[in-house]
Amino acid sequence: MRTLTYREAVREALIEEMERDERVFLMGEEVAEYDGAYKISQGMLDKFGPRRVIDTPISECGFAGLGVGAAMAGLRPVVEFMTFSFSLVAFDQIVNNAPNMLTMSGGQFHVPMVFRGPNGPVHALGATHSHATEPFYANVPGLKVCAPGTVRDAKGLLKTAIRDDNPVIVLESEALYNTSGEIEDADTDLTVPLGEAAVLREGDDVTLVTYSQTIPLVLETADKIKAELGVSPEVIDLRSIRPLDADTVCKSIAKTNRLVIVEQNRPFCGIGAQLTYAVQRDAFDELDAPVTRVAQQDVPMPYNEKLEDAVLPSEQRILDAVKEVCYL
Amino acid sequence: MSTRAESPPSTPTQAAEAELKILRSMLEMRAFEERAAQQYQMGKIGGFCHLYIGQEAVVAGSFAAVRDDDYVITAYRDHAHALGRGTSMNACMAELFGKATGCSKGLGGSMHFFDKERFMFGGHAIVAAHIPLGIGLAFAAKYRGEDRVALCYFGDGAIHQGAYHEAFNLASLWQLPVLFICENNGYAMGTAVHRSTALEELHHRGRGYDMSHSAVDGMDVRAVRDQVRNVVEDIRANSHPHFLEARTYRYRGHSMSDPATYRTKQEVDTKKEQDPITTFRDQLISEGLLSDEQFTQAQKAARQEAAESVTFADQSPDPPLSELHDYTYARPEHE
Repeated sequence: MRTLTYREAVREALIEEMERDERVFLMGEEVAEYDGAYKISQGMLDKFGPRRVIDTPISECGFAGLGVGAAMAGLRPVVEFMTFSFSLVAFDQIVNNAPNMLTMSGGQFHVPMVFRGPNGPVHALGATHSHATEPFYANVPGLKVCAPGTVRDAKGLLKTAIRDDNPVIVLESEALYNTSGEIEDADTDLTVPLGEAAVLREGDDVTLVTYSQTIPLVLETADKIKAELGVSPEVIDLRSIRPLDADTVCKSIAKTNRLVIVEQNRPFCGIGAQLTYAVQRDAFDELDAPVTRVAQQDVPMPYNEKLEDAVLPSEQRILDAVKEVCYL
Repeated sequence: MSTRAESPPSTPTQAAEAELKILRSMLEMRAFEERAAQQYQMGKIGGFCHLYIGQEAVVAGSFAAVRDDDYVITAYRDHAHALGRGTSMNACMAELFGKATGCSKGLGGSMHFFDKERFMFGGHAIVAAHIPLGIGLAFAAKYRGEDRVALCYFGDGAIHQGAYHEAFNLASLWQLPVLFICENNGYAMGTAVHRSTALEELHHRGRGYDMSHSAVDGMDVRAVRDQVRNVVEDIRANSHPHFLEARTYRYRGHSMSDPATYRTKQEVDTKKEQDPITTFRDQLISEGLLSDEQFTQAQKAARQEAAESVTFADQSPDPPLSELHDYTYARPEHE
């Protein structure tokens, strides 16, 4: 084992998969000469050359669609969005073209490609640059969506996504790029399956489900929950949004009988809403309290720091939610 | 108007046979779509159904000038493109009927004809959204060092979409081997070209991308073939995009539900006098390559095949409900 940053883990996945498969290439704004807007692809232009690490103009619709066409013709594109907030101008390509092709063609054309980049609100970027896009894309059959929240998953999920024969959305997090974590040695061909949640911390009294950039907050708060409330929390990282692993959550609820979902996206038709449906269906008799969600507040993201903090999940809101489901 | 051949055609040369093949191809497109229109009115075909009748020379001429392994992608008016590539009338009619034997297994419909074996990358139904896909096909060919060309067809209505602009810019920036063919039939649904752009010569848009461009009479199948041949030869040798505007006309409404009240009967009648099939027939007859009788037989054969495709489609099974979920995600055997 060794320690890497999340950023290095993403880069390592890209490099390994490009070395492994000539059909894989990386395309996006500033990925080559600039070394990546967030330095994900640092050094990759030198390593692979401009044929496979390709700078684009600011044309998300154009290069996302190019990726779909190239995938239909047998390549395996990795399309980077500088942020997923910008993926919205390529929405038609991601939603209408990539995932529909296999069905529309009666199974003749599959679209093996990855759309990846940072997703979710970060800090003081305002309403247009702060979208957590996972509910938009998770709604679409034909797409797979994952949101790695740990260094190990950042590498393993991306490698799996690149090898998948379907369009996969890999939602990274700018807030996590600098975080460090343990990961297998470089010579390990690390893949992490899509559709499997992970238990990050075992506990007995309440299940906290989260994913992506909210994980550090939930883990820190878990210590406080234990110390201040005397409640033992189990923390689950969803890792994949579609397919969604409700089974792992339900197994945990069988032990804790209580569920708080802490999510970076907005509440209305959000990921927690879908998970709540699955839980009430499959674990209804195990629940001792209504499921509670801590999501963004339901407003466009304000610029002001204090207001932004109020919109996002916080330690206090998680503590309050735990007290609520534990009737404390 | 019929012109008799002075004498029966001599033993057809290869070139002459190629010309007759083009004629047969156009007759098949016409016969198929006339039959499709009838079946639509009988309620056998659902959804939208956009006919290519009148525009046949564009596809037939351009396909005669390229290789069978060149990539083809188009918009929703796609029946002729599949037929021209060699997809059977049976598979096409069955697709219109939504049957399991259709070229997209009944899951695509009129706007989504696909044929992977023949490098037909589909009919696509969101205006201009397939143009980025078209440059992706060209990108893949260039990436692999192949000398394939991608043919990307779209209507005059597509050139006002952002996807068109982004794809044109990328194609020129990266010198991708793609031939953009704008099937300018004068109307984007009911909006005449002059009501949607100040530009009179649509192909002049190529200038803004530093892209070579040209226009051709899209009612003249030989003109289309020769122009495409010239351009594609250069694209294949030097890898670059080209914007070809083919000026054509559709006789029917935008789709089957459009009575086309935005144009006069006189306009349609005038255009019909330039009918691509009749014009070509007359040329071939006057050159002694075709007799009236041969034409009539070819037309009859095409109509017969179209009629038989209806029987085939009618008798074909629906896609099984048990396979409803089978095409949402690719299974590993694609690898």
